[in-house]
Amino acid sequence: MPVQTLSHQERHPEQHREMDDRVIFGFWVYLMTDCVLFASLFAVYAVLHNNTFGGLPSSTLFNLPNVLVETLLLLTSSFTCGLAMLAAHRNDKNMTLTWFAVTLILGATFLGLELREFHQLVADGNSWQRSGFLSSFFTLVGTHGLHIATGILWGALMLLEVTRRGLTSINLRRLSTFSLFWHFLDIVWIFIFSFVYLMGAR
Amino acid sequence: MSFFGTLTWSAFQHNLIVTGAQVSMIGGVLLAIALLTYFKKWKWFWNEWLTTTDPKKIGVMYILVALLMLVRGGVDALMMRLQQALGPGHGFLATDHYQQIFTSHGTIMIFFVAMGIMFGLINLIVPLQIGARDVAFPFLNSVSFWLYVVGVILINLSLVVGQFAATGWLAYPPLSELFYSPGVGVDYWIWSIQIAGIGSLLSGINFLVTILKMRAPGMTLMKMPIFVWSVLCSMSLVVFAFPILTVTLALLALDRTMGMHFFSNGFGGNAMMYINLIWAWGHPEVYILVLPGFGIFSEVVATFSKKRLFGYVSMVWALASITLLSFLVWLHHFFTMGAGADVNAFFGIMTMVIAIPTGVKIFNWIFTMYRGRIDFKAPMLWFLGFVVTFTVGGMAGVLLAIPPADFQLHNSLFLVAHFHTMIVGGVLFGYFAGIAYWFPKVTGFKLNERLGRWSFWCWIIGFLTAFIPLYILGLMGATRRLDHYDASMGWQGLFIVSGIGVLIIAAGVAFMILQIIVSFRDRKQNLDTTGDPWDGRTLEWSTASPAPFYNFAVIPTVTERDAFWEAKQAGKELPKPVYTDIHMPKNSPISLYIAACALVFGFAIIWHIWWLVILAFLGIIVCAITRALDYDTDYYVPAAEVARIEAERSR
Amino acid sequence: MTKPVYDDYLHSQKALENGTIGLKRGIEMNKKLQAGLIILLAAGAAGLIWFILHRFGFGTVAVLQPQGTIANQQRDLMKFAGIFMLIVGIPVFIMTFGFAWRYRASNRKATYTPNWDHNLVAETVWWTIPSIIIVILAVVAWTSSHQLDPFKPLDSKVKPITIQVVALDWKWLFIYPAQGIATVNYVQFPAGTPVNFVITADAPMNSFWIPQLAGQVYAMAGMTTQLHLMADHAGSYNGLSANISGEGFADMRFVATSTSQADFDHWVAVTKLSPTPLTMAEYDKLAEPSLKNPVSTYTLAAQDLQQSVIMKFMSPQTASQSTDVMSMSGMDMLAPSYGSNK
Repeated sequence: MPVQTLSHQERHPEQHREMDDRVIFGFWVYLMTDCVLFASLFAVYAVLHNNTFGGLPSSTLFNLPNVLVETLLLLTSSFTCGLAMLAAHRNDKNMTLTWFAVTLILGATFLGLELREFHQLVADGNSWQRSGFLSSFFTLVGTHGLHIATGILWGALMLLEVTRRGLTSINLRRLSTFSLFWHFLDIVWIFIFSFVYLMGAR
Repeated sequence: MSFFGTLTWSAFQHNLIVTGAQVSMIGGVLLAIALLTYFKKWKWFWNEWLTTTDPKKIGVMYILVALLMLVRGGVDALMMRLQQALGPGHGFLATDHYQQIFTSHGTIMIFFVAMGIMFGLINLIVPLQIGARDVAFPFLNSVSFWLYVVGVILINLSLVVGQFAATGWLAYPPLSELFYSPGVGVDYWIWSIQIAGIGSLLSGINFLVTILKMRAPGMTLMKMPIFVWSVLCSMSLVVFAFPILTVTLALLALDRTMGMHFFSNGFGGNAMMYINLIWAWGHPEVYILVLPGFGIFSEVVATFSKKRLFGYVSMVWALASITLLSFLVWLHHFFTMGAGADVNAFFGIMTMVIAIPTGVKIFNWIFTMYRGRIDFKAPMLWFLGFVVTFTVGGMAGVLLAIPPADFQLHNSLFLVAHFHTMIVGGVLFGYFAGIAYWFPKVTGFKLNERLGRWSFWCWIIGFLTAFIPLYILGLMGATRRLDHYDASMGWQGLFIVSGIGVLIIAAGVAFMILQIIVSFRDRKQNLDTTGDPWDGRTLEWSTASPAPFYNFAVIPTVTERDAFWEAKQAGKELPKPVYTDIHMPKNSPISLYIAACALVFGFAIIWHIWWLVILAFLGIIVCAITRALDYDTDYYVPAAEVARIEAERSR
Repeated sequence: MTKPVYDDYLHSQKALENGTIGLKRGIEMNKKLQAGLIILLAAGAAGLIWFILHRFGFGTVAVLQPQGTIANQQRDLMKFAGIFMLIVGIPVFIMTFGFAWRYRASNRKATYTPNWDHNLVAETVWWTIPSIIIVILAVVAWTSSHQLDPFKPLDSKVKPITIQVVALDWKWLFIYPAQGIATVNYVQFPAGTPVNFVITADAPMNSFWIPQLAGQVYAMAGMTTQLHLMADHAGSYNGLSANISGEGFADMRFVATSTSQADFDHWVAVTKLSPTPLTMAEYDKLAEPSLKNPVSTYTLAAQDLQQSVIMKFMSPQTASQSTDVMSMSGMDMLAPSYGSNK
């Protein structure tokens, strides 16, 4: 750098507003790309869901009670995520941390149940190598699960940061994007629940 | 499972031609390292380039890498033409080698040349044209660039370790499935474009936000320079199309590495789904590349005709409608798959409809020239060349859009000639025009005009000589991707003519390289001291050449289209500028580390070295977290410092 | 937003122009020399191209010299559309180069209107005219797509002949179920008779194409596509795979011969004498990848051979039983529905 630089402690406030604006908008655009990604996977599932290659069809494979529990867990986690955001905007650090922790625990339980379901399927000889149908099932649901796992890692990091630094403006912005992400995954799950499980169980 | 996965010593053993390529590649890398060491430039290289977050520098790097890849892809093309010109019976290349060459030619030219130059120009020019100092997410921008470089490295690594895909540039399954292509070639193909593609996707988001959120005050959407409009359209396409590519490649990778059955023959796979998916990305991709080309031509024609762009509003609507329509035509790439007359006819008609806004754009350019004062500098020559090739290619394209005619032309060299006339004529000529046009803005000196003209004439003559024979060959029933053919076909004569054409193009490339060298040598004579060498119209010409790292000392306020031109016409004197602190991003090496991990990740997954895959993946996560926890990512240039730099420059 | 630098710009521009005037005479001399050189070069190039084409030959332009009813109509379609598009193409060329010449910077006599950037009438014209042309072409595309749909049987008084096609690594297998014969890399049928090709693959995707008779259709595993065509008269035509399918793809060529009905019947009778019966086992042997297969002929021994090839890709049961076709039940419903885009 040919210039001397000032290291600064405090950013100019208008800089903050602009950054918030950009990041939130950019994150929405990212979510849109993720939406296209899931839409593609749904389309693939729609094409392949009958291609069982002589294996068991979806109606006998899916365990609806388990999926219902998963759905409730995720919906609740979305609600607690909302409570956490409300607390954050009230600048209530402790409640924010509490509700985020609850959100993440619910998410982790969801993930655990999903992995158990996957394990069961594979153990019964219905792995992703069995047929085009199962390949697309594992990939669609697994991609959602991967997103949830990412969310848990991200959320855990945010817990750490909020504990360390409090509800700074950067942390607030990050919490907002996190909650967008989490609600988005919830919506995707509703689609998976309806199109894959409910319609597939018939 | 072996420690090195499926990687064995035999992966390094190749025939003489490949060895030659290896030696020259490794030699080139070693030479670069030696030069940097000898001139003690490592620190400079690290601080000024490798870790930079300045879009102007990232843009330069994009273009340099892409031009290097243009040479690599060009050598592939030369070898293909030579093989077929040598004619009946086997040429000098074995079948498998020849098939790898045309696959890498297509892949490199689209992903690593066209995309590279496009993102380079966007990085260089978009912030300047909208009166911004930076892009929305500078760090992400450098991640995008380095992921692109990872793709470039991986595809070239396939020459040294293992082999490349021999499937054609879109690797249709079932041929690209493990059963029919058991080597690592297809895996190299998947991961080189998957990683580069994720970079492109991130860039798409970045520039979409940049354009929508960071324009100078007063620059409403309908006052944006038309290049910015074209980039906005192109980036929206990136945002919608590239996730489809990501999914498609991921599914093919899952088939190959996890034994899934998305596209396999049997087991409930469906190869036709791949062909739909890849073209649902692939057709928008064509427009992703060509729209910025259109944007460049719009700027160039207006500037060098010294006249306002004709029909700005029409142009914007044409761009927007092409953007939308480009998602409704993908099926025209496989009319011959037997979708039925209704479906084929629908997609054929949608394809023709795209010809309408495209035609409108051409007429608007023509009427921009009308009653202008046209200065035939190199960018303008490229424009005229473009009109010739694009009109011919466009007419061929409408032929291909009529399904029953397509049955006779599909997969033939007629098709190959068609898309080369579109992509070379529309995309590459556009980018060349852009490079010549904006070169002084980036470097501070103009390119040598005479050599530019030589290069242009070689390109256009060589191009027509190379591709008109291919149109005819296609009509003779010559299909693409043939490594040999029967003497009785009577094709050799045309193949020889076509080969000569490619040699003339090669001369054009040589003139380009010479042009850059000579221009650099004579830079003192060609210096652009004004910042406005072409009597430009848009904001990038209002700042110095090369632009200072903060682009604008004072953010301009816009009241009209062609803001700078109008200001010059009004001839107002500027009040003494009031400088304020300028907020800038700091350099960061983390994008480089992320890319390094991505490279290892890609390589390890290609060779099934699972422990390394996990390690590299963890590396990426650690890098991301490190970056997220780094709060010291930007700084302010104090107003006094800005004043000092500006004063020094106007001296 | 003006910058003081703009004055510098005007200044440098003026200096440039002054310099140019001084050079003008030299440039004009140069221009004559250049023009001569260019003409010489162009003539030389044309001569060279002529020589090359003369020396190395110039083959049949198959697509433009069709020998069958379908290819004929496809050629006419291309001709019509190609000429029709010149309505836009020619004006574009004339205007581009006309305007470029007329409004070159050195022609100070030409009108210069730097701020003229909009004209409603003109813009309406060039949104409308291309639209009309495209509407006409769209009608042509719609009707021709239906008329020349490869799946559509041809109108003819002559009873059509069905030939099943299987694309293999890397050869074409033709099965004549009614005649009880099969051939590799060679297909024969009577001229003037509609031919119904039912096409599948036991290999990566290929594309079945006889340029002089009809356009191509993909050959894909686990399903069938169809191609209907009819040769006008007796003759031999090149057939090939137009889609890359691996190592031996360039040699996936065959000869399609159309003959008189009598000659065809004779050929069938001779072919029936072929020593090798095409059983399922023999088929499996044939399906192994091989390069540059010579023409060979078989008597057909496996029944519904093509169906069982398709069924191989449908379910594990049928895959293991592919040698015992007769045990299959209810396979009629399967072929076209497999993995379609529905």
